[in-house]
Amino acid sequence: MNAQTPIAEVQTREMSYAEAIREAMALALQRDPAVVLMGEDIGTYGGAFQVTGDLIDRFGPDRVMDTPISELGGAGVAVGAALTGLKPIFEFQFSDFAALAMEQIVNQAAKLRYMLGGEAQVPVVFRMPSGSGTGAAAQHSQSFEAWFGHVPGLKVVQPSTPAEAKGMLLAALEDPDPVIVFEHKLLYKMKGLVPDGWYTTPIGKAAVVRPGKDLTIVASAIMVHRALDAAARLAKEGIEAEVIDLRTVRPLDHATIIASVKKTGRLLCVYEGVKTLGMGAEISALIAESEAFDYLDAPIQRLGGAEAPIPYNPDLERAAVPQSPDIERVARQLAKGEV
Amino acid sequence: MRDTQENIPFAIRQFSPDQLKEALRKMHLIRLFEEGAEESYMRGLIHGTMHLSIGQEASAVATCMELTDADKITSTHRGHGHCIAKGADVGRMFAEFFGKETGYCHGRGGSMHIADVKTGNLGANGIVGGGLPIAVGAALTAKRLGRDDVTICFFGDGANNEGAFHEALNMAAIWKLPVIFVCENNRYGMSTPATYATAVKNIAERAAAYAMPGMTVDGNDFSAVAGALHEAIARARAGDGPSLVENLTYRWRGHSKSDRNRYRTKDEIEEWMSRDPIARFRDELIAHGILDAEGAEAIEAAAKQAVADGVEFARASPAPAITDVTKFVHAEEAA
Repeated sequence: MNAQTPIAEVQTREMSYAEAIREAMALALQRDPAVVLMGEDIGTYGGAFQVTGDLIDRFGPDRVMDTPISELGGAGVAVGAALTGLKPIFEFQFSDFAALAMEQIVNQAAKLRYMLGGEAQVPVVFRMPSGSGTGAAAQHSQSFEAWFGHVPGLKVVQPSTPAEAKGMLLAALEDPDPVIVFEHKLLYKMKGLVPDGWYTTPIGKAAVVRPGKDLTIVASAIMVHRALDAAARLAKEGIEAEVIDLRTVRPLDHATIIASVKKTGRLLCVYEGVKTLGMGAEISALIAESEAFDYLDAPIQRLGGAEAPIPYNPDLERAAVPQSPDIERVARQLAKGEV
Repeated sequence: MRDTQENIPFAIRQFSPDQLKEALRKMHLIRLFEEGAEESYMRGLIHGTMHLSIGQEASAVATCMELTDADKITSTHRGHGHCIAKGADVGRMFAEFFGKETGYCHGRGGSMHIADVKTGNLGANGIVGGGLPIAVGAALTAKRLGRDDVTICFFGDGANNEGAFHEALNMAAIWKLPVIFVCENNRYGMSTPATYATAVKNIAERAAAYAMPGMTVDGNDFSAVAGALHEAIARARAGDGPSLVENLTYRWRGHSKSDRNRYRTKDEIEEWMSRDPIARFRDELIAHGILDAEGAEAIEAAAKQAVADGVEFARASPAPAITDVTKFVHAEEAA
């Protein structure tokens, strides 16, 4: 893994992305009696992706609550609980199922503070396994960051490493407003060094995970790793790509992106969600509206998901979202002025 | 002796004369608030729309009779009555209607979002059925934190066909949560009759599917509503779980300001107006010696004055600063 959270003096242990999230939840349950976990099959089963694991044995069914298969109702219960003094972490089995709960997330959680003139808050955390690559086809593989990123009142994060996953979940818990945490399914087994104890990875701050001078690649979640792979290969050809791990979709870290593009003069946005009206459009527009526009040496490039639901066939599935060779190809063209 | 006692309505037996007089005052306040809102709308002082609950005052006030500030309510898009019943100040409510900074939501919410979280009013809701799971969540908080407060969840007949209704009732039942679902069946979801839209005859029958008691009562009879709620609240506070109470009532006005009332007859409306819950409760209090006619008039006059003062307060209040349009979206901007 890339060392995005170098905390030299702090003890670290190697663990997977899923274990890092579980550790964050265990720390939260230990520290604050108001924290409860809610979700489908998160108890004895340990969660669809085994993220909650044995937490029910350690904290009991009152703190680690299996909900019925009721996404709308369950999300709404979490909203009501957050409004009145609990700090619920609600797990969707798949982010796709959040579509069933859009009403409570978008009409209630996101708006309550504003509609009530700041007289209430909804400190709820929604965890959502996201993305494709598991062969689960169209209804279990989507990437919704742009959907939720479009809603004022929500914060949306996409950690890319175990250390980030733990730190961002703890940051989400400390946040008095609703936060959606997209966890990429293919990252759950990824291992990395994770600091001990309670720490937060700030929401709204991107990280330059590989410095470079020839072009900027903005990515998040699993795309960060694919971009880093591509960058490593390009470096052998003398092309130095700067890779930015967005980490937060909303609020977007404008300063880091603008500063990087001013330095490199070229921008490639890589994201798993469908290309049209997605994250790349937002980031491109950000540059087009900023002083970085004058520094551009080439048109901005977007590499997003295909204009199709995620297909079942493994080759089609790979073709539906950007892969490392795709990133490498487009980045090379961009760096060489071929676009 | 026993017969005599049973002939006395529940509310008269249960509550003190002061509590009963206060209940009558609140019913007048609701009626006059909404008439005042309607008039302000006609005079162009209020924009947007509004959903009036005139004719449903007994349901709101009797349901909230035994609640304290620690108890919670969630309300509907037709929620003015619930807010006043829970203790909201009509001045701040008018200010919210007028979009003023002094309103309950600092002018960001309007009629459909009035809330006062400090006194347990978790807010009206513009989404039909939106408050149902939220109420269950509030009840979950009470149970988890060992508080003995209860949550009353108001919703209309229309909401009983939303998925949120079924999911919320089921979760409240499996976790035995201290929440009371109060359906105000005013016969129409906008223009669609409940008799057409709902398969069961009484919405309270749906309680059976969630293994909780269901009661259908005359929602224009203050005592009938208060009695049903007394039972349901006792059950909730004892840890025995949720109940569903259906108050059969009627809204005299249209669904909202755009309603041309094509789906119901003048006769039907007049028939229901003759069953005015306020007059009925007032007469009951007089019949049982709680009040005399003069006392009743004084209560109504005091409510009228409170509404006039409220409108004046709202008119004189400042509007929010235009530059504050994004204030309150997030915590850090609320300072």
